[in-house]
Order: sequence, then C-alpha cells, then structure tokens
Amino acid sequence: MNREVYLDNSATTKPYPEVVEGMVEMLVNHYGNPSSLHMKGIEAENAIKKARESIAKALDVKSGEIFFASGGTEANNMAIRGCALANKKRGNHLVTSTIEHPSVLNTFKFLEQEGYRVSYIGVDRYGRVNLKQLENEISDQTILVSVMHVNNEVGTIQPLQEIRNIIDSKKSKALYHVDAIQSFGKILFTPVQYGIDLLSLSAHKLHGPKGSGALYVRKGVRIHPIVFGGSQEFDMRSGTENVAGIVGFGKAAEITFDNFNHGVSVMDENKKYLEEKIKETMDHVVINGWCDGQNAPHILNVSFLGIKAEVLLHALEAKGIFVSTGSACSSNKPSPSHVLAAMGIEKPCIESAVRFSFSSFNTKEDVDYCVEQLAAIIKQLRKYVRR
Amino acid sequence: MDELILVKYGEIILKGLNRRLFEDKLIKNIRIALRGLGNIKVSKAQATIYVTPMDDQVNISKVIERLQKVFGIVSVSRVAKVEKDIEEIQKAAVSYLTPSFNQYKTFKVETKRADKRFPIKSPEMSRRVGGHILSQVSHLSVDVNHPEIIVHIEIRDTGAYVYAEKVPGPGGLPVGSNGKATLLLSGGIDSPVAGWMIAKRGIELEAVHFFSYPYTSERAKNKVIELAKILNVYCGRMELHIVPFTDIQLAIHEKCPEEQLTLIMRRFMMKITEKIAVKNGSAALVTGESLGQVASQTIQSLGVTNAAVDLPVFRPLIGMDKEEIVRIAKRIDTFETSILPYEDCCTVFVPKHPNTKPKLSRILAAEQHLDAEEMVQKAVEGTETIVIGE
Repeated sequence: MNREVYLDNSATTKPYPEVVEGMVEMLVNHYGNPSSLHMKGIEAENAIKKARESIAKALDVKSGEIFFASGGTEANNMAIRGCALANKKRGNHLVTSTIEHPSVLNTFKFLEQEGYRVSYIGVDRYGRVNLKQLENEISDQTILVSVMHVNNEVGTIQPLQEIRNIIDSKKSKALYHVDAIQSFGKILFTPVQYGIDLLSLSAHKLHGPKGSGALYVRKGVRIHPIVFGGSQEFDMRSGTENVAGIVGFGKAAEITFDNFNHGVSVMDENKKYLEEKIKETMDHVVINGWCDGQNAPHILNVSFLGIKAEVLLHALEAKGIFVSTGSACSSNKPSPSHVLAAMGIEKPCIESAVRFSFSSFNTKEDVDYCVEQLAAIIKQLRKYVRR
Repeated sequence: MDELILVKYGEIILKGLNRRLFEDKLIKNIRIALRGLGNIKVSKAQATIYVTPMDDQVNISKVIERLQKVFGIVSVSRVAKVEKDIEEIQKAAVSYLTPSFNQYKTFKVETKRADKRFPIKSPEMSRRVGGHILSQVSHLSVDVNHPEIIVHIEIRDTGAYVYAEKVPGPGGLPVGSNGKATLLLSGGIDSPVAGWMIAKRGIELEAVHFFSYPYTSERAKNKVIELAKILNVYCGRMELHIVPFTDIQLAIHEKCPEEQLTLIMRRFMMKITEKIAVKNGSAALVTGESLGQVASQTIQSLGVTNAAVDLPVFRPLIGMDKEEIVRIAKRIDTFETSILPYEDCCTVFVPKHPNTKPKLSRILAAEQHLDAEEMVQKAVEGTETIVIGE
C-alpha cells in the first residue's frame, strides 16, 4: 500500500482537526446570522469577534483593523481596487512586481483598462524586486505600491523594509499593500514593523478552511469597498459573514501561532533536508530562487533537467507523493510559469520545475520516502528523454 | 384542445420490410431520450410518432430539445389536437396559433388528409380555414407563393392536428438499427465528431481511449469521459474502454527508430481496438482521421495503419477540412470540452521528424523488435471499462 506524502502545502493545507471541529460546531449549533438581533445572532457575532481577535493578535494589530473576506484573492482585490477607487483624485499611478499572484496581476490589468497607469517592477534571478527600478518609478502620482511578501512559486522573501524606506525617501503618499498569503504563519512579522497599510491573508494556507481570508487595513487608511450590500464587516465587505469559515480561520491562526517556532523549524529542517538529499543523490538539478536567508521556510523549487514537470508530478502522484508545477492556479494553462520567466530562468529549467511545499505535518520519513521515489522515477524517466 | 408533439421520420420509411424494426428502435430511443421529463406517452400511427404529455408537469420545450438529438427524426412539431370537425379546426387554428401570428404578415394553409373518410377535401379545407383566419386576424393576408408562416392541418385517423412550426431533427437512422462499431476516442476535436457521424447512420458505438499515465493525467481521462457523456446524448448507452498504454509507448520508444514511433504506436492502437471490438461484437472501427491533417494521416501513413487490422475502418472525416470538423464539433457541443488543455505531456513520444511516406515493409521490420501479440494482449487485459449512460 502506498503511503501519502503531501508536499503541496503552498496550494493548500490539510485543516487542523480542531478547525474542522470548531466549524462543525458553528454549522450545527450556532447557525445564526450575526446581523440578527436575537441570541442566535449574538452567538455568531461573538464567535466572529473572537476570531477577529485571534487574527489581530497574530499580527499584533487592533482587531478593528481586520476585515474578513472570501479568501486571499478577494482580499487582494479589495486592497488594490479599493485603494485605486479611493485615491483617484490624488493620482493614477500604481506600482507592483512582475512575479505577483494572478489575483494581483489580473486586478492591475483590469485597472489599466480603467485608465490607471501601472508599473511592473522586474526581479533578479532569485526573484527579488529591483529596488533601483522601484525608486525610479515612484512619483507624486503614485497612489499604491503592492508587493507580495513571499513568492508562492519559489519562496523568495521580498525586502519589505527596503521598499518602505524607498516609499518614505521619495516622500510618497502611496499606500503600501503586501500580499502576505504565503508568509502568514511562516514568517514572524507585523504590518506595523514595515509600515504596511494593507495586508492580505488567507486561511487555507495555514490549515484553515478554503473560502476564508482577511484584509488588514491600518487604522486611518481609507479605501473604497468593492462589494456593496448590508454593510457587514464595517461596510468594508458586505454579505452575510461566512461564520464557520471565519471561526475556522481564527482557530487555525491560534494553533499556528501558539506553536510558531516549532512549526517553522519542522518545515525549515525538512525543506533543507530534501534540498540536501536531492543535490546529493541526483544529477542535473537546479534549485530555483535560492538565496541564503531570503527564503521562506516551506517552499523548495527544483528543476530536474530533461524531465517534463507534469510527467514527474503524475509519476510521483502514482507513489502517493503530491507536489506542484508552478502554482496550482496556473497548472491548467500550457504557458510556463510567469514567475520563473520573470526571473530570467531558461526554458528547460522552467519546463522541468517542480515545487515542493511543506507544512508542520510533514516528517523526516516523508522526505526520505520522497527522495527514494524521486531518485527511482528520475532514473526511469531520464531513459525516455526525447532523442 | 390537447397539446402534443408529432415526430416525422424520413429515411427509414424507405427500408421496406425492415421498416417496423426501424420504427420500433426509434420509439425505444425516443423513450430513453425523454427519461426524467415526466409522464409521456410515445406511440405511432400512419408513419408518424406521437409524443403525448400525460399531465401538465411536462415541459414541452424540453421534450422538443431532446427530440432534436435523436437520430432518425426528420422534424418535430408542437401541435394542437382537436375533433375532426371543421369548426373545431377553424377555432383552433386561430386560438392556438395567435401568438405565432403576431410576428408575421402573410400566411397560407396546407392540409393533409390522411383519413380519407373525412368529407372535406384538402384544398377546400385549406380555403375554409384560411378564410376563417383572415376574418379573425386582421393584420394577416394570404400569400400562397411566399408565405411567412404556414398553417398545417393534418386530418388523421386519431384526430385533427393544427400547427405552424416544424423544427428539424438531426436526420439519419435510429441508433442500434445498423449494427455496432468501436470508436478510437482521443479527447481531441476530431474523434467525437467521427463518432457522432457514424452513430447518425444508426450505428451503436463503443469507445476506446488510450491512457498514458503519468504522461497524461487523470484530468485527461476525465475529459474523455466528459466527451463520451456528450456523445451519449446522441448515441445512447456507450461502453468506454480505457486502455493502459504507457508500457507500449515506452517499449516502442526504446526499441524502434524515432521517425516511426507515431505510426507503430497508431498500429498498436488499431490492433488493441480491434481486439476489444471483436470481443464486444463490433463490425468496424471508427477513427477521426482526416487526409493530410498530420504526418500520421497522409495517404501512405493511413495505408500502414490500416494494414494493422482486418475489420473495416470507417473514417467519416476523411475528406473534411478542419473548419468543417470544428463547425460540427461546436454544433454537437463537444468542441469546448475537446479544447481543454489537459494533455500533451506525450511530446516525449513525438518524433521531431516523423516519416510522412512510410513503407509498410520497414515498419513491419521495426516491429520485429517487439513482442506485439503479448503487448496487445496485456493491454487488453488491463483495460478498464466504464459504462456511460444508465
């Protein structure tokens, strides 16, 4: 019988059992609408309040600065479109990077059609944004700088402090948005530390449920809502709250942050162990986006030259090992990874790039099994390289 | 006044003594196609099939939509049934068709008197009903040569029928009335269309798909199942055989010259399909090949693949351009599924310079390096069968 080794935790994670229990409890017993005036409503409202406090505590911010949304994509949309709409009069220039998640890039593409000017800052071979270019692009027309904290495909950490310093040195009033969907629960930081105005979060990347996320909006920052209705979430995101999803998110954040150091060191050790083992036992491998001290603890992107990533993915799948090629959201498209392409990685490397992403659930035995299977599969597949 | 549907079938009337057989098949197929739409009676009389809703719950538009996909049907009409009485017919012609009249200015009446006991002859019926319509619907005038709308009156043994619309059916012959064939279903644009065209000639289909895991994914398999389900709407129940093909591809890759890979692979597909076809009682194979479309579909290549099997191979798309095939694929709703990009990790197995003018003798020589019979046998034994529909 095959064992199951799940190494696709950047796509999504397995929920904590406590998260599932907490959510079921809400669905079964506390199903009230938080807007209802009676007890059932107040129960639900209190549960949301508690979750909001848990998220706020994890970020060391006020709970009034956390707004729940339907996930990371919506949080990114709320931040970017909300900022653009609210600051139309101050300027029409927006800045982001070339390696953002599609939920950011496609939002900016939409805003370009709406008449905004967008600068896409390039990255170096390791996926770090070009600070010089950023400095040159920021002008008095700039109203938003949006950068991801950790890249979902290669794990590179962006220099958030340096970016803040550049915004300040240019005396820009631009809002600073950070997509922290991959870093929340993996890197200890606070928005205040880097002077971040808007921060996007997602629950299912840290063992919470899908369909649940949040946007941090620094007190005093005004953005325009993009969904209108019954004024839920302090008018920032209308629509009856996803109570179970929010409760699951809060629970997931609590557990993750209660065991933060342990969880991160498990991921980091296993990742480093896998990297070591791959380099040790296999030829013609390239680690993409590697940069000492600038990498998230949970993502390892490796090219096995000469092997189509998707073929390797399915061969690993047959052995119960689940990995990803590029980002899960773009695997249906034949286009190669826009992130690796932006990093200037060569085509053979892009076509053979596989992402291993860890959670605190993984063990050293998982890695041993993975390496063992990987070595056998690589040997087998390399026999059939196109002649 | 009752509302029902008259179904006309053309070609099968010509089939002499087989006629009854064909009609029964068509009625059976119609009954299957209308499953889940409520209590509906399907019966036949005087070369017409009557589809009668037995209660108000039946959605007649939905019934017509389904009937338009049943092979063998030439046209479908939504009709009012009345007493065989001139006044009743006149009244119905106005009351039933008034909504349709609103969009038109000219009309004429055509009468068919299948029940010769009815005393008024067809031309006179047409005149009298037309006169009545003229007197009741002020904005209409008669135009016998180019009417915008034709009011049909049919006097039959079972009653009188009044209608204006006649929606075309797909034509062809009832599926199952003409034997069985096995389709090589790839997941591309062509093969579902080929299957549809052969099923249209009354052939029952089974399908074979070659699965090259891990070189193609589980999603590629799901896509083929999806396509089979779309075909199922037209072709009825279908068995889909998923053949494990990776080992064969690897063996060919290892032991045969590169420029012959595709053709030898195609020949293996044909051999395996033939084996499955013989087992399930099929009398022919069906492929989506179209002359000259790719290297393996040149006249020489087709000769080489054809020589792999004894059963006849039907290639209904052989003389069609890609655009013509795409047009049909869009019409039968397979196109959108066919273009989903879930495959093509197989590029490892595609030669850079395929042979477009292969010689059978050389291919046979290359195949000597393989134990073809055993490979085919193993693939057939490993085949998984999924029943589509039912």
